[in-house]
Amino acid sequence: MAEFLQKIRNRMRLIVQVGFTALTNGYVLGFIKGKIYKGPTKALCVPGLNCYSCPGALGACPIGSLQAVLGSRNYRFSFYIIGFLIFIGSLIGRFVCGWLCPFGLIQDLLYKIPFFRNRKRKNLPGHKWLVWLKYVILVVFVILMPMFYVDIIGQGSPWFCQFICPSGTLTAGIPLVLLNEDLRGAIGFLFAWKAAILAAVVLLSIMVYRPFCKYLCPLGAIYGLFNPIALYRYQVDETKCNRCGSCQRACKMDIRVWETPNSRECIRCGDCIKSCKRGAICTTMKKNKEKEQE
Amino acid sequence: MSRRKAAVLRSLLLVAAAAFIIFGASRGEVDTVFTKAVNICLECIGIG
Repeated sequence: MAEFLQKIRNRMRLIVQVGFTALTNGYVLGFIKGKIYKGPTKALCVPGLNCYSCPGALGACPIGSLQAVLGSRNYRFSFYIIGFLIFIGSLIGRFVCGWLCPFGLIQDLLYKIPFFRNRKRKNLPGHKWLVWLKYVILVVFVILMPMFYVDIIGQGSPWFCQFICPSGTLTAGIPLVLLNEDLRGAIGFLFAWKAAILAAVVLLSIMVYRPFCKYLCPLGAIYGLFNPIALYRYQVDETKCNRCGSCQRACKMDIRVWETPNSRECIRCGDCIKSCKRGAICTTMKKNKEKEQE
Repeated sequence: MSRRKAAVLRSLLLVAAAAFIIFGASRGEVDTVFTKAVNICLECIGIG
């Protein structure tokens, strides 16, 4: 029994990832009929990158929603979505990426595929500079282009969704095109472009850990800004830490945890905590529990 | 950043976030999100 519980504990993150993805994409009828859910929960955002045109989606993607409101002719700022992002970011930061994002789960599973075993690596060449690309994408494609590049009636397009987002192609575009004959007849260059981006991200994800999260995701860029002040943070006990570097070796996001436990890149997967033999790293939640027990 | 400063900043952000959500909902942003989310987004799926 103890062994079983330990196995569950070891796989807790995967269980939560799968459970949350199933919960927020539980409209099974959509996958059967090739249609999307139209119920009231679609007005609410989910925390992770989850295309609202996925046949199973029960909620709205915050990045898609942000572009929809910014691109609308009625508004030039989205209090509703920005407020939601600040709220989630202030509570858990990039914990969302590590535990609650469906596209994060997909990349985690792809990285487990044992192809290119000898070529598996943590980062792409130029990692130090490439991590800033997601901020450029956030500012240009998610904020500025939908706001200012508008049509004759003042309506902007969701540029990130339209030209970059591989999550939308995988979880919405491909299922809907396969299931819906009308949509199948309408595909053209844009679909081919997005399929090419998806293919590149999928292939890279087999070799490199979470390339989309590291270099392209505007949602991770936003949540990352909150990591240093979020309620859920990591703490390093200076009296226990001997700076051996085992945490960085275990960290697939390649963070020097003993220097920056709340780095903008940290997705709170917990690998560093497991790897530290001296128990020098803990979460604010665990510390709070310990205090309560005392 | 010290823990105290982080806690103060976080509290301010949470209050601001709640106010933003309420104000955004009251001026009808929820309807824009809902309308977008219940129709197949052709741009998102690579068609529009």
